[in-house]
Amino acid sequence: MRTFLISIFFISSLSIQAQWTEVKSYAKYDDLAKEYKDRDDGYTYVVNYWATWCGPCVKELPYFEQLLKSYNTDKIRVILVSLDFPKKIDSKLIPFLNKHNIQSEVVVLDDPKSNIWIDKVDPSWEGAIPVTIIYKGKTRVFWDGEFDDYSDLNKLFLTIHNSNTKN
Amino acid sequence: MNQLLLVLFSFIMPFTPSTELGDPYTIGDKVEDFNLKSVDGNMYSLASAKDVKGYIVVFTCNHCPYAVMYEDRMNELNAFAKKNNFALYAINPNDPNKVPEDGYAEMQVRAKEKGFEFPYLMDEGQKVYPKWGATKTPHAYVLDADMVIQYIGSIDDSPRDAAAVTVNYVEAAAGSILHGEKPAITKTKAIGCSIKTMK
Repeated sequence: MRTFLISIFFISSLSIQAQWTEVKSYAKYDDLAKEYKDRDDGYTYVVNYWATWCGPCVKELPYFEQLLKSYNTDKIRVILVSLDFPKKIDSKLIPFLNKHNIQSEVVVLDDPKSNIWIDKVDPSWEGAIPVTIIYKGKTRVFWDGEFDDYSDLNKLFLTIHNSNTKN
Repeated sequence: MNQLLLVLFSFIMPFTPSTELGDPYTIGDKVEDFNLKSVDGNMYSLASAKDVKGYIVVFTCNHCPYAVMYEDRMNELNAFAKKNNFALYAINPNDPNKVPEDGYAEMQVRAKEKGFEFPYLMDEGQKVYPKWGATKTPHAYVLDADMVIQYIGSIDDSPRDAAAVTVNYVEAAAGSILHGEKPAITKTKAIGCSIKTMK
């Protein structure tokens, strides 16, 4: 009986805490791009490049979470691409995701060839984070910098989300 | 309608400081000299370096992890600059009201801790970085003796791991200038921290 109670306690505590235990890491941008770039599957993709060490990035994360929540019955995917350093994934990133109960998809990009992959994200991007790409089919917008508030993100999102993707 | 909006966005989106200040510098532009206060209390301009072969200007700061990763490499870069008769300047473009860690006193502490032997300047009033078109820290520029920009971008090709550097873009560009040639690589990109301003 005691064992049973202990195991119940153990299982329930597991389900409450530590939703995040690991985050998929990409060593090459091209592999990440295969999953999240230029997907033409009827979904609106919101792809944000950020890091826990970036103040403006952390400040705007709740807007992305709110977006996901507001449109959770729509075809929407929110992907937070973390540029946190490999050494900080377990010590900083994962605790951060759990603390803030992050529901968006989170992946890590650790591709040292930034001079090549930054241009592939968007040729106009110089490399400062955060940046956000919102696209549906061929309709796409690149946002350089942070969003001042949820409303700005929502407005930009809707211009893409409500667009007709037929070319 | 949506397409119209997108067309509008494409005009509005790339907002750079260019509308107010004229286009930021690019390769081949001669820069207007600055006069900024360093951590030693003195004012420095490009012209204060006499008879040099060229200039290396790096927009950097205290708080950004990418800037921190380059602190030791900045000292190495300064050794390279001295040896080759170039002048190295570091400029902190951030507003300390936004990032207290990037305040003048904090810059003095960091410069002492790291033993910086080059000017570490405060872009007081944030008037210099927009003219240069700097968007992040670190953001490096190499100029020839005529103060014409010959290279803009990353210091080297491995921000996260100094041991894995295969090309030092800044030193390569300076080397080309020393030989009276144009650098083979004039622009590169790297991840960095956005420049912090009060809105």
